[in-house]
Amino acid sequence: MAQHLFEARLRQESGKVIIDLYGEINAFAAADLDDAFTQAEASDCHEILLNFANVEYINSTGIALIVGLVARANKKQRQLVICCLSDHYQEIFHITRLSEYVTIYPSEAAALAAA
Amino acid sequence: MFSIFRKSWKAITDKPTPPPEAPASPEPQTPRQVQAVEFVIAPNDPLLAYFLSTPGLVEIDKLVMESPALHSLREAGVKISVPLVSQGELIGLLNLGGRRSEQEYSVDDRRLLQTLATQAAPALRVAQLARQQQAEARERERLEQELRVARIIQQTLLPKELPDLPGWKVAAHWQPARAVSGDFYDFITFPDGKFGLIAGDVTDKGVPAALVMATTRSILRSAAERYSSPGRILAHTNELLCPDIPANMFVTCLCIVLDPATGYLRLANAGHNLPMHCTASGVQELHATGMPLGLMPGMTYEENESWLQPGDSLLIYSDGLVEAHNPERDMFGFPRLRQCLPCAPESGWRGDTTLIEYLLDRLSEFTGPGWEQEDDVTFVTLDRLPLPEAGVDPGASAGAKFEAWETLAEFALPSEPGNEITAMNLVAEVVRDLIQPPVRLDRLKTAVAEATMNAMEHGNRYQEELLVEIQVLLSPTRLAVHITDHGGANPIPEPESPDLEAKLAGLQSPRGWGLYLIKNMVDEMNIRVGDTEHGGTHHTVELIFNLKGDDHGPAPV
Repeated sequence: MAQHLFEARLRQESGKVIIDLYGEINAFAAADLDDAFTQAEASDCHEILLNFANVEYINSTGIALIVGLVARANKKQRQLVICCLSDHYQEIFHITRLSEYVTIYPSEAAALAAA
Repeated sequence: MFSIFRKSWKAITDKPTPPPEAPASPEPQTPRQVQAVEFVIAPNDPLLAYFLSTPGLVEIDKLVMESPALHSLREAGVKISVPLVSQGELIGLLNLGGRRSEQEYSVDDRRLLQTLATQAAPALRVAQLARQQQAEARERERLEQELRVARIIQQTLLPKELPDLPGWKVAAHWQPARAVSGDFYDFITFPDGKFGLIAGDVTDKGVPAALVMATTRSILRSAAERYSSPGRILAHTNELLCPDIPANMFVTCLCIVLDPATGYLRLANAGHNLPMHCTASGVQELHATGMPLGLMPGMTYEENESWLQPGDSLLIYSDGLVEAHNPERDMFGFPRLRQCLPCAPESGWRGDTTLIEYLLDRLSEFTGPGWEQEDDVTFVTLDRLPLPEAGVDPGASAGAKFEAWETLAEFALPSEPGNEITAMNLVAEVVRDLIQPPVRLDRLKTAVAEATMNAMEHGNRYQEELLVEIQVLLSPTRLAVHITDHGGANPIPEPESPDLEAKLAGLQSPRGWGLYLIKNMVDEMNIRVGDTEHGGTHHTVELIFNLKGDDHGPAPV
């Protein structure tokens, strides 16, 4: 079973920094996700968008990583928003109440259009 | 205030501050004419005292006093006045002008007038009282009509229909002590399919309570659009209510958010009666502390959680029940309520009525006939329906039931990171056609992956040689996945709801979501501990999925 099935890529659009997430968000994603977020924080953009369009799996450790990012964004006064979560992971964001702390947009276009 | 007497009776009032001079007949009259003249006697006019102190006929021309009323009478051509006095009060005057023959009034005339006046005074008084009562009755009727409308308006603020939650039965009863009530309840459907239940009780009753109820309900509704956590809903409502609520009024309020798919609920309580959780093993009160709404700003509300299992009921009730008195002035009270709940051994519950009907019967037994309801009585009940009995053997004795399980698949995996995804995919392959729609299959996959990860990490501590065994079983109505570790003594804790705020504030590890997620993904979860052949201990997590489930998938964001 291949295990390092996670990747995070950065790009900028409409004055926002977008982190495209690929694969599985679990314990193995911790270091790469952390690096990507540090890079995003180094940019001048106030808003950081996590794009989950290509995420296949998030487990409870992955949820913990996202909780960590939300806490970090709050502390550094960056706005963290999320787009393209599947129905199932939207449900999980509601169950964990993470949805009360990050805005979830159905598409990247919607997230970029939002102020 | 003055009245008009027709047919040459003239009008009088003894009541306050009329214009000092009489708006009296402007023209000299011919004695033959019958006419109505209105005029007033000021309360300080000496003529009034004279009329009251001198029963019988008064010859106006013979009177000497400084009196505007006397002047008016003379101007109107009145020769004789007969005061109509009832119970020490001047209620009218019988006034006569000169005779048509221009002669003096005879002794017979005077006697007749006197008799007439004696009979007219009480009759007039009765007529005045009757008129006054009619006016009061009209005023009462107007107020009652307003209250009837207020009650109808208030009823529109209560849910118009009961929610239709598959697998659940919700019932409600609202019985104000007066036309309108300070009690209320509300149902809220959250976008993620969760179900919100709010019950409140404003101090006092009647119209003031009803007005505060309407405001509180609106604020709660808007809070529930912003938040899905019951504690936050109450805290936000409290902030908005505090500046507007009259001093010495407040609102007790209970807020419950239930996941109908799993029976998991969170509750927060602003001083309302504790809900009673009725289970097969007894009654439990669900606690959560918090100040009533509207007392002071800046309050926080503790949030607690519970699970309603199939067959469980939750009773929410207002003070009107427990504070009802019987003719001996005993109070219904909490102990009596606990005793009469269906799960209490003392209850004598027959089960052929609803819980609300049953409680209303107990209340009416207690108060006896002719009870004047002291306070608003409200009930809301939430019943999780028992699971359908699966696989009942027709040969078995009545009531005995067992579920016939067939093993669909069995496999074992070494405790190696990433194998939870293998387990998840293997189970998904086996059950793909049994669990629909896809959102339910996704829940099953997450539950299996999390339970497998728990078994590998906490049970087997990622010792590769220790296996995680997975069994997939099917009954006519349910699917079960058993996930067993071989790690020994480490117990699997009961799922608690992780405190997201504490995690975000760095006060708690961001981890610890596994069991909580599992419990929210499945219809039922059980944890069993057993002994292995080698004297070790193993734990099995049993995940149960109803084959005919309901899709409570999240609404699109």
